[in-house]
Amino acid sequence: MSEMKPHRSPAKADPAPSRWSYRYHRLMLTPLFRKVLRVGVPFTLSLGIGLIYFSDQERRDGFNLALTDLRAEFENRPEFMVKLMAVDGASSEVAEDIREIVPLDFPLSSFDIDLEDIRSNVAGLQAVKSARVKIKSGGVLQIEVDERQPIAVWRSYEGLELLDAEGVAFRALDSRFDRPDLPLIVGEGATENLAEAMQVLAAAAPLQERLRGIARIGERRWDVVLDRNQKIMLPEELPVQALQRVLALNTARDLLARDVAVVDMRLAHRPTIRMSDEATRERWKVRASEAGIKTQ
Amino acid sequence: MIELYESQRAMRNMRRAAMQRGVIAILDVGSSKIACLVLRFDGSETLGESNGMGAMAGQAGFRVIGAATTRSRGVRFGEIDTMAETERAIRTAVQAAQKMANIRVDHVIACFAGGDPRSYGLVGEVGIDGHVVTEEDVSRVLSACDVPEIGMGREVLHAQPVNFALDHRSGLSDPRGQMGARLATDMHLLSVDGTVIQNIVHCVRRCDLELAGIYSSAYAAGYAALVEDEQELGAACIDMGGGTTSVSIFIKKHMIYADAVRLGGDHVTSDISMGLQVPMTMAERIKTFYGGVVATGVDDREMIDIGGDTGDWEHDRRAVSRTELIGIMRPRVEEILEEVRAKLDAAGFDHLPSQQIVLTGGASQIPGLDGLASRILGQQVRLGRPVRVQGLPQAAVGPGFSSAVGLSLFAAHPQDEWWDFELPVDRYPARSLKRVMRWFRDNW
Repeated sequence: MSEMKPHRSPAKADPAPSRWSYRYHRLMLTPLFRKVLRVGVPFTLSLGIGLIYFSDQERRDGFNLALTDLRAEFENRPEFMVKLMAVDGASSEVAEDIREIVPLDFPLSSFDIDLEDIRSNVAGLQAVKSARVKIKSGGVLQIEVDERQPIAVWRSYEGLELLDAEGVAFRALDSRFDRPDLPLIVGEGATENLAEAMQVLAAAAPLQERLRGIARIGERRWDVVLDRNQKIMLPEELPVQALQRVLALNTARDLLARDVAVVDMRLAHRPTIRMSDEATRERWKVRASEAGIKTQ
Repeated sequence: MIELYESQRAMRNMRRAAMQRGVIAILDVGSSKIACLVLRFDGSETLGESNGMGAMAGQAGFRVIGAATTRSRGVRFGEIDTMAETERAIRTAVQAAQKMANIRVDHVIACFAGGDPRSYGLVGEVGIDGHVVTEEDVSRVLSACDVPEIGMGREVLHAQPVNFALDHRSGLSDPRGQMGARLATDMHLLSVDGTVIQNIVHCVRRCDLELAGIYSSAYAAGYAALVEDEQELGAACIDMGGGTTSVSIFIKKHMIYADAVRLGGDHVTSDISMGLQVPMTMAERIKTFYGGVVATGVDDREMIDIGGDTGDWEHDRRAVSRTELIGIMRPRVEEILEEVRAKLDAAGFDHLPSQQIVLTGGASQIPGLDGLASRILGQQVRLGRPVRVQGLPQAAVGPGFSSAVGLSLFAAHPQDEWWDFELPVDRYPARSLKRVMRWFRDNW
């Protein structure tokens, strides 16, 4: 076969690959090489082009500027604009305060509003218990506020203040008569034991007409103060039960209607009564007359 | 012998590396075609390891994932004649097979038919003072074989232990672990022309491939075309290729003889070409379509246009009857078979218990060849095809691919060769200290 002369019938093109095409074919069948070609080369190429392009400061600035412009344009689209603020659940003066501490210039893009910041600002107000801030559709910044509800008036050295259920003094009062409906609590450390105070006040409900307030004494126990300068001194432990005993005495013997200055319940097994000077003198007088001693 | 041992061991290591990578190529360098198969191993190598080629064993370990053939250029009589042409042909085949397999192969096992193979029977005997035969003893007895004069410039291609004998017991295939006093072995040694091997090695190297083994195609074809009982009982495989016809004789699953006749299908073609005055390509075509060796009455009436493109009407309109064609082909085929007969006689094939002869190879596809061959070679002649292997395309299952398929089987399960055993201790000078120690222990 090999000695066949190619001069007749133009020899069929030899299908043999050239040395280099054979090597190229083998190279292309090498798995690692194929992977490099498929992943490595495009990666290197794009990285190189990117690096060369951004090696120039001017082009880098231009690119950043374009990026910023694009971002600003997107953020300022009308669907992202916030046009007004609504405050829900706040009384008018609190709403006033809120508007004061959230100084936003509407209209404003919603991307520029830091909701968490606003929320913590609003919640930082004394009169606000909690706040929720959200952007509603239609471009409204909605602030929902839970105000603190006053349950007592607290008199301290600074003056009169309103207390809420958590014992937070949140607003100053000019006069006790602004809120005559709320009970009065007096003394240092009264706010820490507000729950106990409220229990005592609840127990003292039968004396509502005569109740002036309760006072924290020595930051450890309570006095119930009635009009006519009457005081009921309660023990540290179980003050409510002690008060109930006094009330029981009152019901049975009409104790508090008498001329008693102090009902001392501090020693639970030995309730003590201090009478007023007037009553003491009266008593002496009565005794003396009983004994037939003539006085003055 | 030591260099040969080292280089063959290096090829074995290359094969092991290829097995680890899982891909190996088979290259059959023939005179009329070059075939390349790409095998993928799936790791189940242990299967059928002990019994060589079992019922379907041996083939389970690999799968053919690429196959390609190309017209051979520059190969005559199974030897490389024009290096550059052959290299191009190998490149074509390897590239096409790689493309089909879609994987790159770096290791290749090659076989060739030429190089004037000659067989030698070697006998070695060694004393083993009554202890258990170890692998070291086996290597010792293999090394004890006295190497015959194989001639200048010739190389050993195969050196296989065929038989072991322990004392009076012969016919052992594996003497390890048995007791005895004397261990003897029969070794079959096949030598070929050294330059032919060098050329093939060089050609494969130039294609950027590593050679992981080199085989005689007679051996490979016999291994693939003979069925198991034929290999066991004794049979001859005649691989009729394009440039050479190889003969191999198997018994007990080992090749014991190989030889080659430097005549093949190409000679038939050239006879037709000369006899009918047609070009070689046309002659090949006529041979393939109308060829035969037994003429019948109907062949007188079957006219074959043999054509031509000279422009001379008389010349271009020639036609011959099929009888004439057969008349040209038959003497040449007879000549080939006579030569084969002579080789078989020289090998003493008559003395084998079984006289089975299997014809394979591309040229064995001539119609009527088995009838002609049985007249010349003996009664038990059959046409052989290679065993089925997994994934082999339909185009490559014909008898022309016997040696390629046989090589695939060898790639999966090579038979023991001399270089598969470690060299015995006394061949290494570094171990002489150990011998001194033993001498001391024996004498004091």
